[in-house]
Amino acid sequence: MDGSGHGIETLAALTARDAGMVGCRQCTRVWPIGTEVCGLCGSSLESRDRTSLQRVFAWWLVGLLFYIPANLYPMLITRTMGRESDATIVGGVIELAQYGAWGVAFIVFFASVVIPVGKFIAIAYLAMVVRRPHGHKPRNLLHLFELVEWIGRWSMIDVFVVAILVALVQFNLIATINPGIAAVSFALSVVFTMLSAMSFDSRRIWDEIEIISEESSK
Amino acid sequence: MTPSDNILCCPVCDALHEVGEVPDGIRLRCIRCHTVLAVGQPEAIIRIVVLAVTALILMSIVVFYPFLELRNGVFTSRASVFQTVMSFSEGVMAPLSIAVAFFVIILPVARLSAIVWALGPLSFDRPPLPGAKTMLRLAETVKPWAMAEIFMVGVAVALVKLADLATLSMGPAFWSFAAIVFITALQDTQMSKYSVWTALDMASKR
Repeated sequence: MDGSGHGIETLAALTARDAGMVGCRQCTRVWPIGTEVCGLCGSSLESRDRTSLQRVFAWWLVGLLFYIPANLYPMLITRTMGRESDATIVGGVIELAQYGAWGVAFIVFFASVVIPVGKFIAIAYLAMVVRRPHGHKPRNLLHLFELVEWIGRWSMIDVFVVAILVALVQFNLIATINPGIAAVSFALSVVFTMLSAMSFDSRRIWDEIEIISEESSK
Repeated sequence: MTPSDNILCCPVCDALHEVGEVPDGIRLRCIRCHTVLAVGQPEAIIRIVVLAVTALILMSIVVFYPFLELRNGVFTSRASVFQTVMSFSEGVMAPLSIAVAFFVIILPVARLSAIVWALGPLSFDRPPLPGAKTMLRLAETVKPWAMAEIFMVGVAVALVKLADLATLSMGPAFWSFAAIVFITALQDTQMSKYSVWTALDMASKR
C-alpha cells in the first residue's frame, strides 16, 4: 500500500471500517471499533455518522429559505443628495456591469449567485446519491464534494463588500450607504449552507463510490 | 489491539495507510482521494509557529490603524477594520456586525493564538502547555470560519465600486492585512493533521 500511483485511479481501498477499526478524523489515528473517544487528541469517534443526512437536509432547507429574501430585498441603500436608491444582489451586479467593470461584476455574480445556487443543487444531488447510489459515475462525485466544501465560504464576499462600503461612505448630506435586510439573510444563508456541507460524512460518499465501481467492474 | 503509530486513516475517505518516516520535502497523499495526509518537513512545526506569531503581530496593526481612506473633494473618511466590523451595529443589523467581527478578526486571531499555544513550546523542545490538545482541535474546527482572505477580495470589489465616486488610498492596515492573508496561506501548506499531532504526541510523551 504505497502512495505512489501508477496512473490508475484506486477507487477501492482497505478502509478503517473494513479492518474493524475506527479512524479519527482530527488526528488520523486508528482505534479498535467501538472506541468512543480518540486516545491521542480526545475527539469523539464514529465510524460513519448516522445522523449526517438529516442534518445536511435540515441546514440545506434553512439556508434555502434565507436565500429567497436575500434576493428579493435590497442589499444596499444608497442616499445621494437626498435621493434614495436600493440595490439587490443582482441589481448590484448589473450596476457594476454598466460601469464597464466586467471582471468585478463577474466575480460578484459568481460569488453571490452561481456559487450559492450551484451549492444548493450539488448538496441535494450528493445527499440523494448517498441514499441511492445507482447509475452515477464515481469520477463525477470524486471532487464535487471537495469543491462544494471549499467554495462555500467565498459567497461571503458580498456581505464584506457591503460592510466596507457602509463603513467608508458616510458623507452625511452628500452620500451615505446603509445595509439592507438582504445582507443579513444572505449572510445567514451562506452560514447555513456551510453547516450543511460540513454535516456531510465524506466517508459515506466514498463507501458509495466503492460500491459503484465494484458493480461496474463486474 | 493497540493502534500503532505508523498506521493512519484518511479523514476524508477512511482508507488505511501505513507510513514510516516521511522523507523531507515529500507530501504524502491519500491513495484514493489525494488528500494531503502528511508533510515531510522537519522544521514544519517551527515554521508554523513563526508564521502564526508574525500574523498575530500584524493583526494588531490591522485592527486599529486606518485601512482605507476615501477622499471626495474636501470630504475625507477613513475606515479601520474595526469600523468596518461595526458598520452593521445599528438596530436589526447588530448580529451581522458580530458575525463579521468573528469572521474577519476574532476567529483568525483565535486560530493563530491556539496554534501558538499548542505548538509554540514544541519548537523550543519544551513539553506542551496544558490544554495543548484542546487548542489544536479548536484551531482545526475554526479553520473554515476564518475568512480573512475572502474579506480581501471584498475589499477589491468595494474599491472598484467606489472608483468613480471618490479617490481611495490604502492605509498601513491594508498592507498588513494583505501580508496576513499570504502568511496564513503559507502556513496552511506546512500543516498536516498527521504530522502536527505526531509532533504533539511525541512531545507530551517525553
